[in-house]
Amino acid sequence: MIFARAERRTLDIAGALALGGVLAFVGVATAVLLGHAGSGSGAGAGAGAPLFDAYILRVARFTFLQAALSTLLSVALAIPVARALARQRAFLGRVWILRLSAVPLGLPALVAALGIIEIWGRQGVVNDLLRLAGLQNPVSVYGLTGILIAHVFFNLPLAVRFLVAALERIPAEYWLSSANLGMGGGAVFRLIEWPVIRRVLPGIAGLVFMLCATSFTLVLTLGGGPAATTIEVAIYQALRFDFDPARAVLLAFLQIAVTGLLLFVLSLFGRPQDEGVTAGRAIRRFDGRRRRVTDGLVILAFTLFTAAPLLATLVSGLAADFGRLALDPTLHRALLTSLAISLASASLSLAIALPVVLVPQLAESGAAGPARLIMAGVLPAVGSLILLVPPVVVATGWFLMLRLFGETGRFAPAIVTVINALMALPFVVRVLGPAYRTHLARTARLALSLGITGRRRLVTIDWPALKKPFLTAFAFAMALSLGDLGAVAIFGAEGFVTLPWLLYSRMASYRTADAAGIALILGVLCLLLTLPSTAPDRAPERPGPDA
Amino acid sequence: MRTLLSTLVTALAVCVAVPASAQEKTLTVYTYESFIAEWGPGPKVKEEFEKTCGCKVEWVGVADGVELLTRLKLEGEGTKADVVLGLDTNLIAEAKATGLFEAHGLSPKDLTVPGGFSDDTFLPYDYGHFAVVYDSETLKNPPTSLKDLVEGDPAEKIVIEDPRTSTPGLGLLLWVKSVYGDKAPEAWEKLKRRVLTVTPGWSEAYGLFTKGEAPMVLSYTTSPAYHVIAEKNERYKAAAFSEGHYIQIEVAGLTRTAGDKALARQFLTYMTGPDFQSIIPETNWMMPAGKTRDPLPAAFDALVKPEKTFLMSPEEVAANRKAWIDEWLAVMSAK
Repeated sequence: MIFARAERRTLDIAGALALGGVLAFVGVATAVLLGHAGSGSGAGAGAGAPLFDAYILRVARFTFLQAALSTLLSVALAIPVARALARQRAFLGRVWILRLSAVPLGLPALVAALGIIEIWGRQGVVNDLLRLAGLQNPVSVYGLTGILIAHVFFNLPLAVRFLVAALERIPAEYWLSSANLGMGGGAVFRLIEWPVIRRVLPGIAGLVFMLCATSFTLVLTLGGGPAATTIEVAIYQALRFDFDPARAVLLAFLQIAVTGLLLFVLSLFGRPQDEGVTAGRAIRRFDGRRRRVTDGLVILAFTLFTAAPLLATLVSGLAADFGRLALDPTLHRALLTSLAISLASASLSLAIALPVVLVPQLAESGAAGPARLIMAGVLPAVGSLILLVPPVVVATGWFLMLRLFGETGRFAPAIVTVINALMALPFVVRVLGPAYRTHLARTARLALSLGITGRRRLVTIDWPALKKPFLTAFAFAMALSLGDLGAVAIFGAEGFVTLPWLLYSRMASYRTADAAGIALILGVLCLLLTLPSTAPDRAPERPGPDA
Repeated sequence: MRTLLSTLVTALAVCVAVPASAQEKTLTVYTYESFIAEWGPGPKVKEEFEKTCGCKVEWVGVADGVELLTRLKLEGEGTKADVVLGLDTNLIAEAKATGLFEAHGLSPKDLTVPGGFSDDTFLPYDYGHFAVVYDSETLKNPPTSLKDLVEGDPAEKIVIEDPRTSTPGLGLLLWVKSVYGDKAPEAWEKLKRRVLTVTPGWSEAYGLFTKGEAPMVLSYTTSPAYHVIAEKNERYKAAAFSEGHYIQIEVAGLTRTAGDKALARQFLTYMTGPDFQSIIPETNWMMPAGKTRDPLPAAFDALVKPEKTFLMSPEEVAANRKAWIDEWLAVMSAK
């Protein structure tokens, strides 16, 4: 038993609210869209096309092929990098390397694609180096290679960040013992690191897979031709050019069904294991000294790969006329709107994530009736799969719905906020979930036996220990929302302008330098967001009995 | 948490609140976003028209012309639009099929759109020809015909847009179809070797082009004018093709549900007149459809002026779009 009776009741209610709220929000939108299709307005040329034609099958096959490869690469590369970063705790600039990992999240795909091209493109840095080395023709990345590079660029840092966090939750005592026992690298990996990695890996792989499966701009732009098309493109096409909302919804269902199946299989590999006990002493990695050079090289390679496109974005951003941009009232308004939306959506996302994380814990702790068990099973699934519901589908559904209540523009900020909060949910849950599990295993029984429950427990026991995961989750959610164009486009401007919207609009009217400047602002904002969650520790990480 | 949330929501409401004071008469114009951006034609158009109409112009801006049509389909009869400005000729058939538009009943003089477009429901306000824009510093022998482009050196690349998701992409598809007819798949088969990549929209393609990734991009004959006038940069030029160029004509029309149809017609009349037309070239970077007060800037005179213009009827495009895109997909997706 790890929760008091009152806490259990609160969690039940919160869980039901979160589940009901999320399902209702998405359900209403899809129902309205499906209903709208019946009104005979599907006059587009694509209307009435069978859902599973050869085209869709080919597109679905490619979607899963590229997503699977991207996931495999991102996750496989993340393991050595995360191990190296976890071992070398005093590596120069280590905290900045970790901070960089949130930046790609906040960059619109168009910006990232251009940054990647400056490094890997035909006229990019890599080809320049190859030319210096005497190669005649430029190496072209357009095709599956380009897609994989882009997806690894986005997701490798994410996976590394999650893995490092998991490795840092290993009790300091383990490292002490392993050093005492004279364990070699192989034994440390097998006995200490792998069990921890294995537990979080399915969650990370699932998240990366969903992000890659729903990729759109990157896949088309770097894919070299229409052979590289994802289901997301078909959904967009159905909703915009062909105006066939029902088809869009059905395609979204297809995307959810197939990916959901894959996530289910993945989840079978992640067995929860016992949590180690720790007195909360500071972690010292005795095995780091021997491997300083190899670890350094791994970290360096990772940093180069991640930072180079960001650096390219920075350089083109610096060419912008910031004197003029600083005085641009539209930019001010977009900045304020974006910040307000992302703050609100990150807060909402965290609020929904808490029951998603805690109800399964509650069910596992033994105090579960059938209702609670079902909720514990469904909540995390809903929390993950929401990423597969295309925001454009939800936004269009709500647009239709809200039209009945008059001025749709008024509701736009609220809808965008909720959509962004739901998009961030899988990230937030993956940051908070493992951290909370470890924390509860270490403190819950003691807190309960001391009668520290409810709000007091949250403030005195949970918050000090979980501050970092909370701040990390908040930063991820905000970055994601800052960089999202998605839903704004449906509602139209009407005075509602966000930074990505402004960026795209400047880009669309030849104002490339302005767009690059706005991209730089977005990148810097995302970097700033990570500062609180990665601030160096002043006190030991977890106040234990000796703290 | 709760107080934080409510503060945020209030802040949000304040920064996006639209002043909704009731004016005398209001004309609601749906258009695409870049038309009403501060550098676009919108602000000047609004200022000038409001002086003469004793009304207030309200803009609603969506992402682009296609989104405009989607928006109307979503809203149906309930639309607030009095005038819809920014559809192109390829969207006209579908726009009419919604039954939301009313014949304009106007016969403006001096409209000089190549290809002789005229329609009882929609009036043109500007146009541009699709063109291959190239970087004159890296491409010394630009193609002089579509045939040249199709059969040229595969090492010299072009970035094009996807006809499934963008209007320029559809434009190139129709252009190739107009020139090659039934032989279009064979032409695409050859052109494919020169295509670096196919982007979802114009912005991605033009971004890659200006980054120097490819020496050619599918854009408009008017693109170089922006670089010359706004950036004093003569580097980017449009290639004149001997077969002729496909045209994109942007049009506007009034809705059946317009509150004040006389006012809407007054706006359409103003739109085809010299005051509106003079604003277009240097704000929308397209060719004006009617007479301007002064001659066009020199940079526009220097632009490619296609001798032959291709334009398929909206009905033909609507009837064949899916089949032609499938044909294109089959060729372009093959290994």
